[in-house]
Amino acid sequence: MQTLTQRLANPTRFMELSARLLPWFVAASAILLVYGLYLSFFDSPPDYQQGETVRIMYIHVPCAWLSMMIYGLIALSSFGLLVFRHPLADVSAKAAAPLGAAFTFLALVTGSLWGKPMWGTYWVWDARLTSVLLLFFLYLGLIALRSALEDEGAAAKLTALLALVGVTLLPIIKFSVNWWNTLHQPSTDFGATVDPSMRLPLLVMALAFTLMFFAMHLKAMRNEILRRRAKALRTQVIMGRDRLAAQGAAE
Amino acid sequence: MTRVWALLHRDLRLAVREGGAIGTALGFFLVVVSLMPLGLGPDLNLLARIAAGILWIALLLAALLSLNRIFEADYEDGTLDVLATGPLPLELVSAIKALAHWITTGIPLAILAPVLGILLNLDLNAYPVLVGTTLVGTPAVSFLGAVGAALTMKTRRGGLLLALIVLPLYVPTLIFGISAVSASAGPSGAGSSFLILAAVSLVTMVLGPVAAAAALRIQIQ
Repeated sequence: MQTLTQRLANPTRFMELSARLLPWFVAASAILLVYGLYLSFFDSPPDYQQGETVRIMYIHVPCAWLSMMIYGLIALSSFGLLVFRHPLADVSAKAAAPLGAAFTFLALVTGSLWGKPMWGTYWVWDARLTSVLLLFFLYLGLIALRSALEDEGAAAKLTALLALVGVTLLPIIKFSVNWWNTLHQPSTDFGATVDPSMRLPLLVMALAFTLMFFAMHLKAMRNEILRRRAKALRTQVIMGRDRLAAQGAAE
Repeated sequence: MTRVWALLHRDLRLAVREGGAIGTALGFFLVVVSLMPLGLGPDLNLLARIAAGILWIALLLAALLSLNRIFEADYEDGTLDVLATGPLPLELVSAIKALAHWITTGIPLAILAPVLGILLNLDLNAYPVLVGTTLVGTPAVSFLGAVGAALTMKTRRGGLLLALIVLPLYVPTLIFGISAVSASAGPSGAGSSFLILAAVSLVTMVLGPVAAAAALRIQIQ
């Protein structure tokens, strides 16, 4: 009995399955996104302290959630590549890295836009902001390392290794940043309970963003597989042409 | 054991006889630290307050300069292939090379740091802690750096890429190194952050060579 991941090791089977799944993901995320945006802009109350700016949260929180989940997904894919040599693991890790960087960037931007009216400044060296910024740097490192290496096989494995090193160090970095922050300024209590009228839009938006990420991730993986096939075909054509030329020269 | 000594001895001798590497790092350290007051203004009170931070950041940058040479030179002239087929496991080879980097870069920088502290009006009582933290913290710099150096061994523009990859990983070392120095003036003393810094160093000394060796194996066929 094969597990799902084993069956998906065949790229052709993955392409079939993903072609069938993709429209559902796209449709579901689009519907949820429209519903969630309606809820967060028209059908939820302004906060008694934050006023209308609280609506930034409905974008910000899903992005922040995705920034962490995607790094976890990359680490998992990297583990799958290095340990099980799963052929799709690298495709998944490669496709997820720019998406993760984008969502982390969005989380930082929306957070700082929210911070201006709330804290009076775009940026505070708060522990949480700083660790998200460092996470963003880790994403950039992954993307830069992959683009700097010519050999795709080595690039895949080295990037996977870096992702695993990053995920091992992430708790230590997070801990040290918390320590650093509490040394310098008292921690602010953001952990207020969320009112049910705001919890629903938040949940819907989080689900919509997650589905949107999976749709984009599937599409990016499909693109990557197609790109690799095109590349393989091109080298075949070139090699065939060379062989023909060699034969012609021999005759 | 003799093989370990031989390799360590070779790397140290190379670093000394090639010349430049140690001197450049120390000179860079000196220049970066002296530029800081020029940028921030000559207020001695301000400089005393941020001296530990400046020294640590400049030290990280200076150590970074020589990191990419840990494996690159040996990879280019084929020494690394010989080492990989030799009797020493690659983990040990990476550990020795990182250790050699620490001895030739980390220790000189740590010794120079208090001298530069004078330029920054660092509190005299903080000197022993500063030397202690730099000596205890720099192994983490070298051993984490070895991982980055192994990952970027084959790339062009390896130095800049290495900085992008490694600097975020230095955050714990930086934070605990600085907090140990600044806490030494306070009532609680440097104890806890100094111990955590030592723990960070020890963990990277154990795990760093494993990761570096894995990266080398991927690239050496």
